Amino acid sequence: MSTAQSQATATQSSIPLDDLRTCIHCGLCTSACPTYLKLGSELDSPRGRIYLMSAVQQGRIGWTGEVVKHLDLCLECRACETACPSGVPYGRLLEAARDEIAKAYPRPWRERLLLKVFRDTLFPYPARLRLALWPVRIAGGLIRKLSGILPDELGRMLELLPQELPDERRYRLPPVVPAAGERRYRVALLTGCVGSVLFARANWATARVLAHNGCEVVIPQDQGCCGALHLHTGASETAREFARRNLKAFPLDDVDAIIVNAAGCGSTLKEYGDMLAGDPAAGPVAERLSAKTKDISEFLSQIDLKPMTHPVPKTVAYHDACHLAHGQGIRKEPRELLAQVPGLRLVELRDAEICCGSAGIYNILQPEMAERLLDDKVDAILATGAEVVATGNPGCLMQIAKGLAGRGGKVQVVHPIEILAQAYGEALP
Amino acid sequence: MSSQQGAASATQGRVTPRLVEELRRVVGEENVFVEPSEVLAWECDGYTLERHPPEAVVLPASTEEVSRVMRLLHQAQVPVIPRGAGTSLSGATVPVGGGVVVSLSRMNRILKIDLENRRAVVEAGVVNLWVTRAVENDGFFFAPDPSSQGACTIGGNVATNSGGPHTLKYGVTINHILGVEMVLADGTVVELGGDVEERPGYDLAGFVIGSEGTLGIVTKAVVRLTRAPQTYRTLLAVFDTIDAATRTVSEVIRQGIIPAAVEMMDNLIIQAVEEAFHFGFPKDAAAVLIIELDGLQAGIDELSRRVQAICAQEGAREIRAARDEKERQELWKARKRAFGAIGRISPSYVTQDGVVPRTKLPDILRIIAEVGRRHGIPIANVFHAGDGNIHPILLFDDQNPDEVERVLAASDEILTACIELGGSVTGEHGIGIEKVKHVAAMYTQDDLDVMTGLREVFDPGRRLNPGKIFPSSKGCIEVKRPRPKASA
Ligand SMILES: Cc1cc2nc3c(=O)[nH]c(=O)nc-3n(C[C@H](O)[C@H](O)[C@H](O)COP(=O)(O)OP(=O)(O)OC[C@H]3O[C@@H](n4cnc5c(N)ncnc54)[C@H](O)[C@@H]3O)c2cc1C
Ligand code: SF4
Ligand code: SF4
Repeated sequence: MSTAQSQATATQSSIPLDDLRTCIHCGLCTSACPTYLKLGSELDSPRGRIYLMSAVQQGRIGWTGEVVKHLDLCLECRACETACPSGVPYGRLLEAARDEIAKAYPRPWRERLLLKVFRDTLFPYPARLRLALWPVRIAGGLIRKLSGILPDELGRMLELLPQELPDERRYRLPPVVPAAGERRYRVALLTGCVGSVLFARANWATARVLAHNGCEVVIPQDQGCCGALHLHTGASETAREFARRNLKAFPLDDVDAIIVNAAGCGSTLKEYGDMLAGDPAAGPVAERLSAKTKDISEFLSQIDLKPMTHPVPKTVAYHDACHLAHGQGIRKEPRELLAQVPGLRLVELRDAEICCGSAGIYNILQPEMAERLLDDKVDAILATGAEVVATGNPGCLMQIAKGLAGRGGKVQVVHPIEILAQAYGEALP
Repeated sequence: MSSQQGAASATQGRVTPRLVEELRRVVGEENVFVEPSEVLAWECDGYTLERHPPEAVVLPASTEEVSRVMRLLHQAQVPVIPRGAGTSLSGATVPVGGGVVVSLSRMNRILKIDLENRRAVVEAGVVNLWVTRAVENDGFFFAPDPSSQGACTIGGNVATNSGGPHTLKYGVTINHILGVEMVLADGTVVELGGDVEERPGYDLAGFVIGSEGTLGIVTKAVVRLTRAPQTYRTLLAVFDTIDAATRTVSEVIRQGIIPAAVEMMDNLIIQAVEEAFHFGFPKDAAAVLIIELDGLQAGIDELSRRVQAICAQEGAREIRAARDEKERQELWKARKRAFGAIGRISPSYVTQDGVVPRTKLPDILRIIAEVGRRHGIPIANVFHAGDGNIHPILLFDDQNPDEVERVLAASDEILTACIELGGSVTGEHGIGIEKVKHVAAMYTQDDLDVMTGLREVFDPGRRLNPGKIFPSSKGCIEVKRPRPKASA
């Protein structure tokens, strides 16, 4: 052990011991883990990662490059939580470990720069993201060609962008969308950071479907990034600041639910209670916000739906976004909603619950693994012969669209809510 | 933390930088691990009471690579520990004397499915459940169904002769393996058995099954596929005494009914499972039985009625039947995840594995309860009642050295009682390192000599998984149990 290692071990670990000790080392989670399935290494399995955390906790090893590497490679898809019989809160453990790594392990400058650019500067801020994207709008194809010579990561980000950015003006939402007909509910919509820029159409479709079903939709203007990216990359303090801001922005007492159409953001909002548990002032409010948060598919399947009248005669494959299936336990709701669309044929993907490799900004930071997982996902999609693949998370949408484009596919990639909007007669150019 | 068991010979070679270099050339840089901060992840498996890190870990991707790796390790005379998913509950993959772990986890492809002849050829690292998944739409399944089937590998099943709830009717792994491809200690690749049902001569594939990695590294297996039964009836019977539940099991079988599975859970495990999965088990029951009948549609309802009548006659206070496939699946999920659910009520546990003649179930359960009381260790029971295969789960805190000692003592007493009742010290989890010392109690020295003699035909240097199964020739060496570091 080098001296650097023993120094690292000297710092008191903040990984919750009780959580660590719920792991009984049974190994039932290994076969659910995308990175283990690809690499076959215990170190890149959930059990192995927990073992590494324990070993650091016990002072046997420190946060060295070799150790950090295996935690970096984790997608935080939480498939292991679904598989675990012992209820190990893996996501919470990993977040604590990443926080600790951020403090104890000096990352190479390049990795630091990447986090600065993508996590701290670009994604959480719609306005900046919009600005960063403007050349894409103007120069379109040219920029995309240029991405070949731009630094790798920027290139990768550009590759992920939809071929055509939606016309934001067409889909701009007013601060309040009135219910069509009698008002039955009042809900608030999280429009997301990436979402509000790149997925204006999905947000618009969400509001329209809600309105069709008697919901007045409020779009709080002061809302900001949910904090997911920070929470998952070792900056939970910043994530908590984002959370506090959203606590103020959402009119908790005036709405029946907070609707989220991005799986990653939804699972983070549902964790606000946990994240701010130690804060006597914000904690209880956060708890309430979490309790009111609903994924759009979850909310729609809990209310009396108006019949969908417009057929969408397509074969549709549904891809489980990890933070819906594993993060929120939402699997059947989106499927049941899609199955109600007249004329639509729903098909299952093989290995539906294995991550597509998107995972926040993972595909930018860990391109090799992301690419391998994406290839499998595209294979599975193409094998079904589906014309459309639907998934409830912006990251997955971009990732899968990019993968399909690379394989010359004609398969369309949409958010399920866009299909529902069509079924309610909305035109989505 | 050395627990040298005398098995590793004095001529044991070491893992030199040069050997590492050569291994890397065979399997690729990223598939060899030597850093102490990395190899520690392979220092134990599902059994965590003993740990010892390997000197290196190698992840080959093909039979060819396994063979070349084995040749190198043969030249260097380094011990080899084969490994699948590392779900062993007997420490069968713990590198007690160092050496190199060769894990089959990257060899996870199903190579061929031949429905007409009801068999499949799979690489050793294929997960048990994947085989069933691949053929279930065609009406087949792979019968051995250990509770770990979502993660454990076919290679591991072969090496431990795994069973599961449905063993009662369908048998254990050995009944479902037609042949194996195996790499010997010196790198030679052999094929034992094959895809023909009956072969003349010795059943060498059969010999490999249950050998716990001491004969060679299994790289492929030809597995038998079984026709899925037309229909199932799955019952849950609730009892106020354990005795009534065990009497029911004996009576069902005495009447000549062979259920596909008969599983029993006692009160402590019911509570853990309820806590975890909210299945709806009555938390105050002393025991529940899960009884599954399968077969042809015709007659199954009649059979189900007979079983229900026996349950009632023996004093079941409630009998429920799964209404559809979904309920059936949920019931099995609750049962199969029962071990794991223990993690929610106790920081550590040891799952024991023993067998008694079915009629002795009430006796052994009484003994277990008594042993637990005497040592102050809570013990939960969930097991394959149909074949007398018990799984007492001893709950403890591994941070407490005194409790660890008591757990070990209690385990030993339970296993000794199994032998005394005419049973065995393992039903399906194997001997590993955990039960080495009980093997001496089960066999005479002559029996052991025959077995070790056979082993040496395959592995003359005894370099494969040393320290497992057999007590050293000098008699039963007391395994020095290091104090476990902590749970993970
Ligand atoms: C929660 C839980 C429930 C369980 N339930 C059951 C059950 O119901 N029934 C049951 O029988 N077992 C059960 N087990 C034990 C275990 O899962 C089985 O023994 C399983 O067959 C081990 O498979 P593995 O791939 O994990 O092998 P490992 O644990 O990796 O290895 C086990 C042994 O097999 C050897 N081995 C592995 N692969 C090879 C190979 N390719 N060639 C040669 N040797 C090899 C190893 O050297 C070792 O000796 C359970 C375990 C857990 C954690
Ligand atoms: S979160 Fe996903 S990638 Fe990470 S350990 Fe769990 S299953 Fe593996
Ligand atoms: S399944 Fe859960 S308890 Fe078992 S090893 Fe994985 S995380 Fe630990």
